[in-house]
Amino acid sequence: MVPLSWYLALSAVLFTIGVIGVLIQRNVISLFMCVELMLNAVNISLIAFSRLHADRSGQLFVFIVMAVAAAEAAVGLAIIIALFRSRETLNVDEADLLKL
Amino acid sequence: MSSLLNSIDFQYVIGALVKIAVFWIFIMLVVAYTVYAERRVLAVIQNRLGPNRVGWQGLLQPFADLLKFIFKEDIIPLAVNKWLYVLAPIIVLIPAMMVLIVYPFGPGDVPLPFGADISHTLNNLGASFGMSWNIDLSKINLYVTNMNVGLLYVFAMTSLGIYGIVVGGWASNSKYSLLGGLRSSAQMISYELALSLSVIAVLIQAGTLDLAKIVEQQQGWYGFKWNIFQWPMFLPCIIAFSIYMISAIAETNRVPFDLPEAETELVAGFHTEYSSLKFALFFMAEYVNMMTVSVLATTLFLGGWNGPGVETYKWLGPVWFLAKVFFFLFLYIWLRGTLPRFRYDQLMDFGWKVLLPAALFNVVLASAIGVLFL
Amino acid sequence: MEFSHILFLGLAALAVVAAFNVILQRNPIYSAIGLIVVLGSLAALFLTLSAQFIAAMQIIVYAGAIMVLFVFVIMLLNVRAEETRMDKQKYLKWLAAPLFLALLAEVMAVVRYVNLTPQPLPSANGAANPQEVLGTVENIAFGMFTDYLIPFEAASILILMAIVGSMLLARREKKEDVERIENALVAQQEEEQKYEEEVAV
Repeated sequence: MVPLSWYLALSAVLFTIGVIGVLIQRNVISLFMCVELMLNAVNISLIAFSRLHADRSGQLFVFIVMAVAAAEAAVGLAIIIALFRSRETLNVDEADLLKL
Repeated sequence: MSSLLNSIDFQYVIGALVKIAVFWIFIMLVVAYTVYAERRVLAVIQNRLGPNRVGWQGLLQPFADLLKFIFKEDIIPLAVNKWLYVLAPIIVLIPAMMVLIVYPFGPGDVPLPFGADISHTLNNLGASFGMSWNIDLSKINLYVTNMNVGLLYVFAMTSLGIYGIVVGGWASNSKYSLLGGLRSSAQMISYELALSLSVIAVLIQAGTLDLAKIVEQQQGWYGFKWNIFQWPMFLPCIIAFSIYMISAIAETNRVPFDLPEAETELVAGFHTEYSSLKFALFFMAEYVNMMTVSVLATTLFLGGWNGPGVETYKWLGPVWFLAKVFFFLFLYIWLRGTLPRFRYDQLMDFGWKVLLPAALFNVVLASAIGVLFL
Repeated sequence: MEFSHILFLGLAALAVVAAFNVILQRNPIYSAIGLIVVLGSLAALFLTLSAQFIAAMQIIVYAGAIMVLFVFVIMLLNVRAEETRMDKQKYLKWLAAPLFLALLAEVMAVVRYVNLTPQPLPSANGAANPQEVLGTVENIAFGMFTDYLIPFEAASILILMAIVGSMLLARREKKEDVERIENALVAQQEEEQKYEEEVAV
């Protein structure tokens, strides 16, 4: 029986890696992937707690989180494509003016 | 260390490994002889002889082909992305082969000949080492595992196979490969939707995603109580069957949906720059995918291992199963010899504008009939 | 040290190494492959936590659809490797690791004080193996269509909005739209000129 705190520690490590990734990365698509990494860290934490309390609500929450992540990825990537078309760059440091 | 050894259920693990080995060798042989059968059947359709020199009637041709692939020069073009170029065939092949653990080859309680004697010998062997084994091989089940989410597992592995194609096409650093890879993977994603939706009609009737249980629910009527004949869902199941067959052909990139890898269109699509063993892996993956969709078609719609005489002679189960799977493989080869191929925009139009609405309508119809009659 | 411990440590190590790969690679394709490996190992970890349906969903939806979308966009926009922020602003190299450790220590401190006694799983309707019932399709489906029906329907509407929105945002400007906007601007300028003439008079 794996102690549940190990799963929470893994979730903490993955989440922290995601946060540092968002601060380090300059490519906007990689930035977006680090956000997805954070979402997955939270997913593993939710499933671990669902197993702890023997309650299926945690897993249903994860299902809804996955649906929201899918919707967010689709719209986010569409925005990135639109940005790329007008600015010709995917560098977040160069997107610092509101004027296109 | 002893707690590690105690925590593993060796009987289950070794049993599963043995079954996986047997099934894998069998599937590899079936795939190899599907390639041979395709060449012979296409030859008959095209009024010529196929390969008939190597061995009696050419039956050793697959082994000759394998030797040729192994000994060919392995070219890696200079401009490719080496890691991804080598990784792509592996990404395509491994998920395709991982599906075989849920194939329900036969019933769950097939008597093994000499099973009781083998178990007795093994138990005595264990007792002589001082360990008390409790092996019972008199009845074996002819699937590696029956997962509760078996059908979803099959779809998951199919989704993972798309990566190999798109990564292989991109890593080859050539315009034919990139176009072929993107088109092929876009086509596979589009038809995956219709494939998954069409299966829902069967699931409403079966009430479970476990492939072994779905087949068990089709027992009866002297082996002909298949899902396409059962009341009340025969109409949604027949519509679902047609949608499934068309989507399955598109999913595996076979004629008439094989524009992304046709020789007259895009040189060879995403596997243009691949040679020798890596190309053989792509080729093998395509045929393993064909086998997977054929197995799924027989399991979900044609009753799996059910047929006349299976209740009394349990070993007829795999025979009927393989007969139905071979029928589907023959159907694929027949279509390849007969039909011209679709243009890419016609293909995508058909997938999104015809098949997907038809599959959605079928879901509504199946749900309505299920609520009214089940 | 049981087998389940070794399995967990192996999968967790794979996930962490792949996650470092995601944030430290310069080429976005390698980051995407790293993220796919993370998703796969997390799906295996979900299986060890009796969440079979969610594990299958993770592979089908996340690794099989969302990441394919990412890979397609990276390939279509032809994104190459660039300098990371750490190459440009060199002091960040010395700041990243301590920041990582500080944040990790903070989150671990919270984890330390949670009550973590596992409870036995319920035997839903006298099932033979109560441990396996928690994540099965039947159990999840029962919950989804009774207690959590409204979030389910809301999620489906959300996905519809995402489909329509992404198609709208990513399409190219059509010539008719551009001409219409230009004509509107020209008409507005003419109106302003007329107004100024009237005022001047």
